[in-house]
Amino acid sequence: MKNKPIDEILLAPEIEPERYELLAGPAYHFQVARRDFFKGLGGGVLILFAVKEARAQQESGGGRRGGGRTAPQEISAWLHIGEDGVTTVYTGKVEVGQDIRTSLAQVVAEELRVSITTIRMVMGDTDLTPYDAGTFGSLTTPTMSPRLRKAAAAARESLLDLAAEQTKADRKSLLIADGKVTNPATKQSLTFSQLTKGQRLTRAIADDIALTPPDEWKIAGKPLTKLNGRDIVTGKHQYTSDLKLPGMLYGKVVRPAAFGATPSAIDTKAAEKMTGVTVVRDGDFIGVTAPTPTLAKRAMEAINVEWKTAQQPSSSEIFAHLKKTAAASDGRSATKRGSMTEGLAAAQQKLEQSYNIAYIAHAPLEPRAAVAEWKDGKLTVWTGTQRPFGVRSELASAFRIPEEKVRVIMPDTGSGYGGKHTGETAIEAARLAKAAGKPVKLVWTREEEFTWAYFRPAGVIDIKSGVSSDGKITAWAFHNYNSGSAGIRPVYDIPNQAIEFHSTDSPLRQGSYRALASTANHFAREVHLDELAASVKIDPLEFRLKNLKDQRLQAVLEAVTRRIEWEKRKPVAGRGFGIAGGFEKGGYVANCVEVAVDRTSGKVTILRIVTAFECGAIINPDGLKNQVEGSIIQGIGGALFEAIEFENGKILNPRFSRYRVPRFSDVPPLETILLDRKDLPSAGSGECPIVALAPAISNAIFAASGVRLRSLPMIPNGLKA
Amino acid sequence: MKIVELQVNGNKHRVEVDDEQSLLSVLRDDLDLTGTKYGCGEGQCGACTVLLDGQPTRSCRMPAVNVGSKPITTIEDLEQNGRLHPLQQAFLDHGAMQCGYCISGMLMSGAGLLKKNPQPTEAEILRAMEGNICRCGTYPRIVAAIKQAASGRVAQKGGGK
Ligand code: FES
Ligand code: FES
Repeated sequence: MKNKPIDEILLAPEIEPERYELLAGPAYHFQVARRDFFKGLGGGVLILFAVKEARAQQESGGGRRGGGRTAPQEISAWLHIGEDGVTTVYTGKVEVGQDIRTSLAQVVAEELRVSITTIRMVMGDTDLTPYDAGTFGSLTTPTMSPRLRKAAAAARESLLDLAAEQTKADRKSLLIADGKVTNPATKQSLTFSQLTKGQRLTRAIADDIALTPPDEWKIAGKPLTKLNGRDIVTGKHQYTSDLKLPGMLYGKVVRPAAFGATPSAIDTKAAEKMTGVTVVRDGDFIGVTAPTPTLAKRAMEAINVEWKTAQQPSSSEIFAHLKKTAAASDGRSATKRGSMTEGLAAAQQKLEQSYNIAYIAHAPLEPRAAVAEWKDGKLTVWTGTQRPFGVRSELASAFRIPEEKVRVIMPDTGSGYGGKHTGETAIEAARLAKAAGKPVKLVWTREEEFTWAYFRPAGVIDIKSGVSSDGKITAWAFHNYNSGSAGIRPVYDIPNQAIEFHSTDSPLRQGSYRALASTANHFAREVHLDELAASVKIDPLEFRLKNLKDQRLQAVLEAVTRRIEWEKRKPVAGRGFGIAGGFEKGGYVANCVEVAVDRTSGKVTILRIVTAFECGAIINPDGLKNQVEGSIIQGIGGALFEAIEFENGKILNPRFSRYRVPRFSDVPPLETILLDRKDLPSAGSGECPIVALAPAISNAIFAASGVRLRSLPMIPNGLKA
Repeated sequence: MKIVELQVNGNKHRVEVDDEQSLLSVLRDDLDLTGTKYGCGEGQCGACTVLLDGQPTRSCRMPAVNVGSKPITTIEDLEQNGRLHPLQQAFLDHGAMQCGYCISGMLMSGAGLLKKNPQPTEAEILRAMEGNICRCGTYPRIVAAIKQAASGRVAQKGGGK
């Protein structure tokens, strides 16, 4: 039984839009006048790139949920080659540690044939850079990178045109390298500024401009460490929390006693008496400003509030709560193929299992911070956010001012992992600054970050499946409650499927996280596959390959198992290997993990993690390896011990002393295999490599101990069963 | 409020401090030495690490009034006369950073370790660094960088282990 649309989807996995991206688009999108800005640029070559592709429109905010409006027909990126030979690239994408400042500069330098040291990246400044919906979904590499390559290629071509015109040489004979165009016959060389002669040439880009193919890359495709690395190791780089404006005050916000609590009585008298302190009240918002952070904290603590709280579900009952409050199926989020009844009838073994996923926190090491300043009716906010333009809209609507009266600047930030999409700190700092009449800095404490940011959703996943005696999966019903729908569809070739996402009531504020729900969906699926394989006594690798047509997933699975010599592995008491694979955001990953389990103490030690990752043509191998390793190490936390505990609207473990994150000694030897597919377009790497780790660990623990772990985190208190 | 005299990076600073003010806040908010970071305020993450009399110390847990005359070294003083400390160079060589927010603290903990123990074993490195969190997960590269700096080896470009 074939159902064409689904086959197509399986063959060309689209990038899954995620309901938890917190991506509600603004109702209006006002243009900021850029003429003045262009005037200030001076001579040189200016390349404008108008958004045309449907994909770019989608990324710019149209076509996604909450939008419904069309994307602005706006310039999406530009670059300017100055007379001084410096090329400035303007992009709305932002840097949170994924090192796109470097990889984007690399592709521009490549196309322009200049040294990377002549590239300056201006990122995430809503007054200077073109509109961008945000830095998430591993979209920078597949979408922004080709756009900038085209912009740079267009600049290169117009410089060649100029040179041909000025030297009367045959255009085809000219060479462009190191910021110069040379005529090999006459040895005459002209620098970019000699070519532009103080004029400004403005060019738009033809969509079909020729790009340098990856196998001819000289700058891109090579390992390169962070461009501004020296500022990082000397402590000079200024994060938002490091900024200081003249006359700046420090802010603090009074936090409710529990989620959803409302103030019933507020006493601010003591705080108001403190010299230099301003108390700000606006609706339920209560905050203070003071000339020093210590005084701001003291004033905040001096405010007495009685809070009205309501009864709320706690972590001990969360999974039952999610199932109980699941919305009735609307059919819209369901994917059906074939017939489950027939599939189960054809099965030799049937299996039904449930998997649980806890809420976890991003815990970026730099907590949320913002510096806000009102000047001549314009609000400027520096803040670490993955969506500077989204935060601009939030500010405009919070203060009922037009977007052109708001500027959001995003300094390179102390990480996000999907956790910094929102602008709550920006709004708080701006509200305080407005009342105080001076710039205000607000830095959240670790406890605030753990409590008032948002979490990766908790979830329950129920799977019902059937397998034939020769190891073919015949039926696959997969129900996800609350986690999300990213990665919900299997890449495996299964004739009968019923897959559905169910929204539920979430007691905690939830949002996107590295790889979104893909981690949860892969965990349930890849553990369940091992269980199925065991039910018909087939080797887990063989079982996967039997049910798989996708060659890219096969390739990564084979790469990790070849590395550990899977076929030759011998049973050793208390030790075991596990594998898992997956795809997400255009990338393919497989993990093979070896663990040792001590059944007496319950201690589980990861001995080795082998990862194979493939995301098309590799732009920066070292940056890629760094991202893959980082995903794996972060993934260890969510797999083994990270979980938010809460009770009646309060977070019980809002500190690093009570919320365990991976540390140095948690990291086993990592072996990372990068498959470079120069024939395929480059995809992003910030998310996919995290998805297969947890199931590979669970499968390894089973192989070592016979204990099947179906909940994340798996062993917050060691192996008990 | 109290006036204290702090020895920071070889300079004397007279600062008026609040009794409960941490050394971290004095460095960042009063002396504008913002290379030292806040990550937790409870001594758990190491982002605020400085050297106090050569010893890696969590400045968020150290009241400024208790520092006395002990010399304080911050990340800003690791580079000398435009020359990077070998450990800083090793971090660059190994690309041992992503967002970079933990890096000042990592460098100060690592520099403190190498000062006391110029040839640490891997186990000694892990023990000394265990109190520093990198949420981006650059741990293997940091270990490799500390080993490189300890061995005095020259740069070996690109990559962790
Ligand atoms: S800020 Fe001092 S240890 Fe985290
Ligand atoms: S590099 Fe981001 S926390 Fe270490």
